[in-house]
Amino acid sequence: MTKTSPVDTAAVETLKSESRNATRAMLAEFWYYFSQNKGAVIGLVIFVLLVLMAVFAPLIAPHDPDFQYRDSFLAPPFWEEGGKAAFLLGTDAVGRDILSRLIFGARFSLFIGLVVVTIALTGGIVIGLVAGYMRGAVDTLIMRVMDIILSFPSLLLALVLVAILGPGLTNAMIAIAIVLQPHFVRLTRAAVLSERNRDYVVAARVAGAGHLRLMFKTILPNCLAPLIVQATLSFSNAILDAAALGFLGMGAQPPTPEWGTMLAEAREFILRAWWVVTFPGLAILITVLAINLVGDGLRDALDPKLKRS
Amino acid sequence: MSEPILKVRDLYRTYDIAGGLFRKATTLTAVKGVSFDVERGSTLAVVGESGCGKSTLARMLTMIDAQSSGTIEIDGLPIDISKTGISKDMRQKVQIVFQNPYGSLNPRQKIGDVLEEPLLLNTDMGAAERRDMALEMLQKVGLQPEHYGRYPHMFSGGQRQRIAIARAIMMKPKLLVLDEPVSALDLSVQAQILNLLADLQDEMGLTYVFISHDLSVVRYIADKVMVMYFGEVVEYGTRDEVFDNPQHDYTKTLFAATPRADVESIRKRLAAKAA
Repeated sequence: MTKTSPVDTAAVETLKSESRNATRAMLAEFWYYFSQNKGAVIGLVIFVLLVLMAVFAPLIAPHDPDFQYRDSFLAPPFWEEGGKAAFLLGTDAVGRDILSRLIFGARFSLFIGLVVVTIALTGGIVIGLVAGYMRGAVDTLIMRVMDIILSFPSLLLALVLVAILGPGLTNAMIAIAIVLQPHFVRLTRAAVLSERNRDYVVAARVAGAGHLRLMFKTILPNCLAPLIVQATLSFSNAILDAAALGFLGMGAQPPTPEWGTMLAEAREFILRAWWVVTFPGLAILITVLAINLVGDGLRDALDPKLKRS
Repeated sequence: MSEPILKVRDLYRTYDIAGGLFRKATTLTAVKGVSFDVERGSTLAVVGESGCGKSTLARMLTMIDAQSSGTIEIDGLPIDISKTGISKDMRQKVQIVFQNPYGSLNPRQKIGDVLEEPLLLNTDMGAAERRDMALEMLQKVGLQPEHYGRYPHMFSGGQRQRIAIARAIMMKPKLLVLDEPVSALDLSVQAQILNLLADLQDEMGLTYVFISHDLSVVRYIADKVMVMYFGEVVEYGTRDEVFDNPQHDYTKTLFAATPRADVESIRKRLAAKAA
């Protein structure tokens, strides 16, 4: 059967460019609402700077983070009396440059955030989708297990898990991911419940879509908005929890330049040398604040109820 | 022209209502013993008030829900999804268009993908072939080829309903169930969609089951009319029979309730009010 196709190659090109335009319009609209929130833009700038700092750490850092300068233990920052220009933010108790350690520490913090959120998000999405889509006994079982996990204080549960798995950065990340997971499960399930009976899902079912396609291709993309927001907020939570575990000696082990671990090492010098605790603390504060601001902006941009149209 | 494409016999659908602390568990019968035939290429309008079982009937005909008892036969193919499941064959016979064009299209799916989804799932056509069919269908329902790559939120209600219709007829079904397809649209757009449906019916030999509560629409499009009341069929006949000589009390009430806007009836109403 020879049928004249309604499109030749030129028309295909215009079709493709139309399609690209539509995608671009969606992104432009997203950016418009995101950029309305000034705090979010500032947070994004700080976050991008942090990422750049982490990626190019060996180029930026003035010293090797692990090298001990024997002639300058606990040197104060350069503007204090007795400070050296070589150590801008001073040195710690064994003579390591704090600025370099902070710069390298950004790598660990961002890595922790990324890994934890990836594990928690994938796990949470799959479990939440199954619970929301299947309903019935499966749903009840999953949600009760999640309720049990949620009923523990989060840091305590992470501590118990690390105690079982053994201290170390990898185990700390796994523990934090498990602690954060129930939030994603509940959020996914709630979103799936509100979407699964919509007409377009029924229409896809009538068209012959199977369970997996319905769950992951039809329903999931429409549930992503709250999940993205929760993921950014969990990113900062993960950094905080990892720092807390590090502080308690259960996370990254010395001499790793992880911010929480740096705080723990500096504990005994709090009164004598304020800079060894202040700067790692500030680093954690600024990072978490920036990411939370971005999360706020994302919520403004993605939640249709908050859009001022 | 007179052979029936859809045969429904003694169809029941019951829902179990779970009991609570103060209520016993009961069953609700949404559709009670409905039987009818629809001839190939004709339109059956199903009329009734909210909650009378129209939409339940539509869901059973389109294999979204299973019937509790009774038989459905579409184009010689018995349908009982609780026993046999759904085959690709059955799916190609019947499709549905929903009432609300704002909810029936996936907001994250471009129009092209919306239209190609049934082909992707039920046939093994290549990507280019699917695109050609989708473009052809866009033109057939009165849209432009450049709409292919756009998202649903870029369209008006009437355009979306055209897209929903296009999706439903992509598989060239024999039977199309229209669940109040125009009641969410404004009047001028309603007329356009109804004309489109009439054109498509002529062109593709479609059979419609048209669910509505708008009697003026029914009078325009239907060949046969079925009136439902609390899950039962109270009136079933050709359009002229039902409209000119309604037999059942409920049908009479229904026709009497149609608002009239001519000057004579407004005067009468005002006079009745004053008295």
